[in-house]
Amino acid sequence: MKKEQILKGLWQQNPIFRQLLGMCPTLAVTTTAENGLAMGLAVIFVLIFSELAVSSIKKIVPHQVRIAVYTVLIATFVTIVDLFLKAQFPQISKNLGPYVPLIIVNCIILGRCEAFASKNKLSGSLLDALGMGVGFCWGLLILGSIRELLGAGNIFGFRLMPAGFNPLVVMILPAGAFLVLGFLVAIMNRVEQWKS
Amino acid sequence: MEKLILIFISTILINNVVLSYFLGICPFLGVSGKMESALGMGMAVTFVMTLATSISWLIYYLVLERFGLIFLEYIVFILVIASLVQIVEMFIRKYSTNLYQSLGIYLPLITSNCAILGVALFMVVKDYSFLEAVVFGFSGGLGFCLVIVIMAGIREELEFANIPKIFKGAPLTLITAGILALIFMGFSGLGGG
Repeated sequence: MKKEQILKGLWQQNPIFRQLLGMCPTLAVTTTAENGLAMGLAVIFVLIFSELAVSSIKKIVPHQVRIAVYTVLIATFVTIVDLFLKAQFPQISKNLGPYVPLIIVNCIILGRCEAFASKNKLSGSLLDALGMGVGFCWGLLILGSIRELLGAGNIFGFRLMPAGFNPLVVMILPAGAFLVLGFLVAIMNRVEQWKS
Repeated sequence: MEKLILIFISTILINNVVLSYFLGICPFLGVSGKMESALGMGMAVTFVMTLATSISWLIYYLVLERFGLIFLEYIVFILVIASLVQIVEMFIRKYSTNLYQSLGIYLPLITSNCAILGVALFMVVKDYSFLEAVVFGFSGGLGFCLVIVIMAGIREELEFANIPKIFKGAPLTLITAGILALIFMGFSGLGGG
């Protein structure tokens, strides 16, 4: 049971490839593997603390205003992440730009708070947040790596392609994000189909 | 005046909210199946976005900046949007039954539409004046509306296309969006960046 709670976020209900939630940061910041990883880690942090907070106050929040309360909680944690990045990693903070505050409206966070944390115990929520967060993070990392590799010939800034490789600049542009994700989701569908 | 027109055109065609800022992708993928609902969603977003950007501008510059509370930006903006959507919904329900029937169901979804918050945040980043912010909000909404309607038109036709099973649904929509983004790149020479 415990193991399943973590594992479902990694594959079966992966936020990016299977649920298609939290698409804005997924597509916008994955121009390089580094940016993707940074965004993934930020989301893991916010997801864990939001789910823990929601799970611990679930009994005292009136039903009608719960979404507003959750949103304010999430916004608070996002503000913390944003200020932390600005102070410690100014370059990453600059790369990600307004997409850090946009974590607030990332549907995966509000979605997990509403669908899971508001109905489950603290420990379960922690595992759920970990699974979903890491699932989201590896999705971003893969997407970022593919786009960086095809669009610039690097991964994490290391040159991987041979010298004669002509970068497909379109992969770093917005259009590339849609195309790569589209093909990745199709590949995931193929894997699922093949498994069953 | 020239700058306003420039913002208007570039926000709709060049820096399109959906295709170049990736804002509002969830409704873009979710509600673009049918032309009618796409149009309803687009109009509701345009309406709320214009209002939200204007009000966020007023609050940011007249309250937050004056009293040194800029760190509260995100929390305040999201509250403005959530309450605005609530008020608009109540207002429309009371005064126009027709409008409520066509826009009503989309309004609650808009609170979690990142395009609204995104445009409000970009407005601060770009340091717009009040009038520019209003135009930015309005044209951002129109841009969203345009793209979601085009997408719905394409998807209605694609229903009858014979495509591999693994591409059905989300993958095909994403790839179509990618091609649409490529097409919109053709506008990038307009308005001189």
